[in-house]
Amino acid sequence: MHKSWWKILCVVLLIYTFIAGFLMDVPRLPALSETIRNLYFHVCMWFCMMILFTGSVIYAIRYLRSNKLRDDIYSRQFAVVGIVFGVLGYATGAIWMSYTWADPNNSSFQSFNAVAREPKLIGAAIALLIYFAYMILRDSIPDMDKRARISAVYNIFAYALLFPTIWIIPRLLPSLHPGGENGNPALDFKDIDNRMRMVFYPAVIGWTLLGVWITSLKIRLNLLKEKRLLQ
Amino acid sequence: MRYLRSFLTLIGLFLLTTGYGQDDVNKADMADTMRSNGRIYVVVAVVVLILIGLILYLVRLDRKISKMEREKP
Repeated sequence: MHKSWWKILCVVLLIYTFIAGFLMDVPRLPALSETIRNLYFHVCMWFCMMILFTGSVIYAIRYLRSNKLRDDIYSRQFAVVGIVFGVLGYATGAIWMSYTWADPNNSSFQSFNAVAREPKLIGAAIALLIYFAYMILRDSIPDMDKRARISAVYNIFAYALLFPTIWIIPRLLPSLHPGGENGNPALDFKDIDNRMRMVFYPAVIGWTLLGVWITSLKIRLNLLKEKRLLQ
Repeated sequence: MRYLRSFLTLIGLFLLTTGYGQDDVNKADMADTMRSNGRIYVVVAVVVLILIGLILYLVRLDRKISKMEREKP
């Protein structure tokens, strides 16, 4: 295991997140009650996804500048692990939503009608679908250089579309999801409770490092596989 | 095919969860009993053990890949 200090930091921060995340005091809010602890898990998935997709687009641009297949492998693996974290964020959001947004006076089928109109959900789904399309596009091109070039260009477009779909449009429309009009609720210093910040920031760093760790393993494995092609 | 099946299973799980958890929304009912009798530590122990297990698996993978890197020049 090389460069292991940040892996140790990742493990320490994650264990801290799981222990403090369950045991520390949280604000007592109606409707949310204990589910507010999902901030340490669900929200971190999206942060991690965003950072991994940023890594992916950086390596896509590097590929276009250098034409080295190594950068293409980096770019692809960052995108794959980013998708995994995005799907996890979406899935955990679906569970959390069904316990807090669903109208207790209506059947879950009727409240689904309201929940399905959520601009945040639709935006996040579009963003993920664009990245699914990235994978399908990549793997459908047999020629390696062409595949790397086309998918690098597509990656830049996909990253550019992340901003309207998950950052801008949900802010413009009314939504049940927090963070409608005044920016990101998790990053706003006035909005998030002090006690929660003590766990939330380490949690974001811990989860992101875990994502980077998994990505680095996948990259190293793929570099070994493609060794003869790279030389 | 394998991925499709696990994907469908996931969707099924979400549909299952949508029916539950529609309690009284007016007061914040926190899990105070669970905290006062200390059962919360059982949950924390289980979750941390799972986390440690997954991390040990990652460490093993990391070691294996390092070994492969050393073997192939």
